[in-house]
Amino acid sequence: MGLPAGVPGAPGDLVVDWARRADDGPFASVAVVDRLRYGNYDPLIALSAAAAVTRRVRLVTCILIAPLRETATLAKQVASLDALSGGRVTLGVATGARRDDYDTSETAYGGRGARLSDQLAVMRSQWEDPAVGPAPCRPGGPPILVGGTGGPALARMAAFADGYVHAGGPPRAFARAAGQARAAWADAGRPDQPQLWGMGYFAFDDDGAGRDYLLDYYAFVGPFAQRIADGLLTTPLAVREMLEGYAEAGCDELLLFPATASAEQLDRLVDALAR
Amino acid sequence: MKVTCIGGGPGGLYTALLLAKAGRGHEITVYERQAASDTFGWGVVFSASTLGGLADADADTYDAILSSCARWDPVDVVYRGTRVRARGNRFAAIARKRLLAILQERCRELGVSLRFGAEVADPAAHLDADLVVAADGVHSVTRSRLASAFAPTTTVEGGKFIWLVTTKPLRAFTFLFTANEHGRFQVHAYPFDEHTSTWIVECDERSWRNAGMDAVDPAALRPGESDSDSIEYCRRLFADELDGHKLLGNGSKWYDWVTVRNKTWRHRNVVLLGDAAHTAHWSVGSGTKLAMEDAIALTAALERCEDLDTALAAYEADRRVAVERTQAAASESLDWFSRYGRYLGFEPPQFAYSLLTRSKRVTYDNLRLRDPELVGGVERWFGQVSGAGSDGAALLVAPQPAFTPLRLGGVTLVNRVALVADRAGDAVDGTPSPGHLATVERLALGGAGLVVVESVAVSPSGRVTRGDAGLYDDRHTGAWRTVLGRLAGRTSALVGAQLSHAGRRGSTRPRSAGSDRPLRDEAWPLVAASPLPYNRFSPTPAALDRHGMTAVRDDFVAAARRAADAGFDALGLHFGHGYLLASFISPLTNHRDDGYGGDLPARMAFPLEVLAAVRAEWPASRPLWVTVSASDLQPGGLTETEAVSAARLLAGEGADLLDVVAGHTTPAFHPSYDTAFYAPWSDLVRNGASVTTMTSGSIPDTGVVNDLLAAGKADLCVLGRPSPPPPPWLAPAQPAHGGGS
Repeated sequence: MGLPAGVPGAPGDLVVDWARRADDGPFASVAVVDRLRYGNYDPLIALSAAAAVTRRVRLVTCILIAPLRETATLAKQVASLDALSGGRVTLGVATGARRDDYDTSETAYGGRGARLSDQLAVMRSQWEDPAVGPAPCRPGGPPILVGGTGGPALARMAAFADGYVHAGGPPRAFARAAGQARAAWADAGRPDQPQLWGMGYFAFDDDGAGRDYLLDYYAFVGPFAQRIADGLLTTPLAVREMLEGYAEAGCDELLLFPATASAEQLDRLVDALAR
Repeated sequence: MKVTCIGGGPGGLYTALLLAKAGRGHEITVYERQAASDTFGWGVVFSASTLGGLADADADTYDAILSSCARWDPVDVVYRGTRVRARGNRFAAIARKRLLAILQERCRELGVSLRFGAEVADPAAHLDADLVVAADGVHSVTRSRLASAFAPTTTVEGGKFIWLVTTKPLRAFTFLFTANEHGRFQVHAYPFDEHTSTWIVECDERSWRNAGMDAVDPAALRPGESDSDSIEYCRRLFADELDGHKLLGNGSKWYDWVTVRNKTWRHRNVVLLGDAAHTAHWSVGSGTKLAMEDAIALTAALERCEDLDTALAAYEADRRVAVERTQAAASESLDWFSRYGRYLGFEPPQFAYSLLTRSKRVTYDNLRLRDPELVGGVERWFGQVSGAGSDGAALLVAPQPAFTPLRLGGVTLVNRVALVADRAGDAVDGTPSPGHLATVERLALGGAGLVVVESVAVSPSGRVTRGDAGLYDDRHTGAWRTVLGRLAGRTSALVGAQLSHAGRRGSTRPRSAGSDRPLRDEAWPLVAASPLPYNRFSPTPAALDRHGMTAVRDDFVAAARRAADAGFDALGLHFGHGYLLASFISPLTNHRDDGYGGDLPARMAFPLEVLAAVRAEWPASRPLWVTVSASDLQPGGLTETEAVSAARLLAGEGADLLDVVAGHTTPAFHPSYDTAFYAPWSDLVRNGASVTTMTSGSIPDTGVVNDLLAAGKADLCVLGRPSPPPPPWLAPAQPAHGGGS
């Protein structure tokens, strides 16, 4: 379950309460998105708040734009969140797709892919270094998912991560990306299979606010934003079809993010999934 | 709404008439710089699905178009004097002139104002309209004037082409391939009415210059004037196929193909349509088809959406997907025509298969559904040359290519499917675990022709991880012999061991923790061609000296001897993926200034020495393959020419088969993970160096195996990687207990 932390203007208590209610079930995790130059909450801060009011759900970044952050500090923050939450963190990372996030930070946009690869190696090492606590709950640190499209991103995923997180789309798009992720995994000589995570957006009976949010959030991708907005799940049937399609394509976990910050949407999703 | 269409080609006219037909009282004007009856170009091809779209959009023009169309089903490939016919295609073509007349007439009927001879030199004068449709073609003035908004890119693709017409009435879409002392030439020809056919001649730039067709500067010709010397050359070149019919021009001259793309197709009230927005090479479909489909999508969006902005955005979102798909297919097609010189050794069935599936839109199974006879013919031919059946007798029912035998060295694989037993990572001091051996046994009973045991170390320091299996100790021989002995008499699969030395990628942690993460404790020293660490966390390897080289060579030879003793049927040597021998081959990782660095022969010297020594040890009757990287997939790496030369050298030194891979030379490679992602490299090496190859990389089913084999991209394919759940036909046979009775 995505938290509404990515919807600009979502009240803090709504985000926290959303996490608490997601923990009551049937959801396996709560997830947050990341942007710098946008009205969302910082992902690790939002998950820390969520950690304090939940006991069961995993705490997932989908994704966190790691290159924007100083690596050792990020590693310590993630290890801290993992330790404070009893080992519930799954760290999804990617380079992100927006240049203006980089221009707002101290990180250069060029070389972001190589930087992310280095960061993953450094974080893994730091989590094993007894001199830098807290010790993560799992040897080697929390599970890492890498997102992004294209060969180099998939190769990075296969070299450093535990799995792949897809950026959203219909089941067919996920299936194609999942096939590539499995291929990259085998090509890197990794045993078994990568974890495969997907994501989607929902707004039941959307009055246009959910659609507008997606058009705004994805404005940077140009005309394709229309397609993303068209993929908004607005009915229980659409949600169930999405779940089935993703399950069939081998998705281990599908994250559904609200496109509007309204508490009633959470009830409706619980309802839709119960049917 | 006041609508201005700039450009009175099919796209502009069709948009105008569909808008007028919607009956919203739009005031529509079409500006065309030429006169009503002037036109360049010949026939325009439509597929069945395009015609379906036209029928739904406007039945009146559809009826008129269809009744003026030449319709045909076959595609003929004429190559080496043989005609291979593919059926199951539904095509129609119409003279462009006739199409324009139909659309103009319908526009007039619907009250569209048509202004001919009205060149729009400055679109700014028309921007006061509510909607400006820029359908002004590949050289769109509107696009140029608003270039900062549309951000167009134009790519000049290789090759030269000239549009001609012949009075020979063809019965099929026809590809003709011919060669002479000047080079290679091909024709794309199709009928468009009962007595005329389009005849496009195409060639690479070198052939074009050799033939002297650069003598006339196309730009120096007057509008409407043809390059008559070139037409005469083409007439003589294709005299046999033209069969006495005329070859004519109409303002015909040589062009370079230009692919147009725009970052966006809309700017305020201006929208790009057809060639102005995008082009895709005519070898996969006509620009007219795309333009008319654009017109349908644009008018539908305007009907559906409340405001102009939303409508134009919806139009672009809708069409971009289809257009980019066509452009991707066009780029595959262009690539095929630029590389087909390497296929000229193919026999006609294989050549035709390769051509017909070039855009990757048609799979083996699609083609079989479309034309069972064609695919049946390919299968019979493939079966025959593979020696399926006996004594070269004609095959009544041929097996699929995947299930034909492959002769390799002194033996024959029962089929062309290979399975790989991945590294298990759970060996103890090089001794394979019972689980690993059980996997090998299971795969060997799975029905494949070859089972590869991946990455078997030739020395303790040649291991990638501590858990790698090896053949560096006689105790290992016994472990492998156990499973190979158990298999004796129970399978026709050959089992091969792939010997490897990790080089600078050695001494790493188990790959369950990620790849190329150096061991912290009990690490061992690394060696490589040059002292360059694999990644910034890896230890720096020592450059292998001559003493070390001899030791490595002898380790490979000793491992080969143990492999033979253990009963392996085939042996592989890993010269790829950045491991020790690969580090000698790639210029990225070999900076040596002794006799083992420098040009390709020098960089190949040590790998070839290892191969020769192993070949001398390994039984001559058993196949020996080399796994080799044909590309580093990054700038500064091995070139295509070097990859082909390296393949020749390896084959010359006794490799029966090359297992062609790419990448992993350094972590900074740019892979693709699409289906059969190593196949382009196998294709390059197989057909560039005339060697037998195996390919791998996400080959999910035997349909893809059949496709790769039929297209001549490989001789043997690794199924899976990653392995799908075993298909029923790969279910292991029941182990035959009871003493092999």
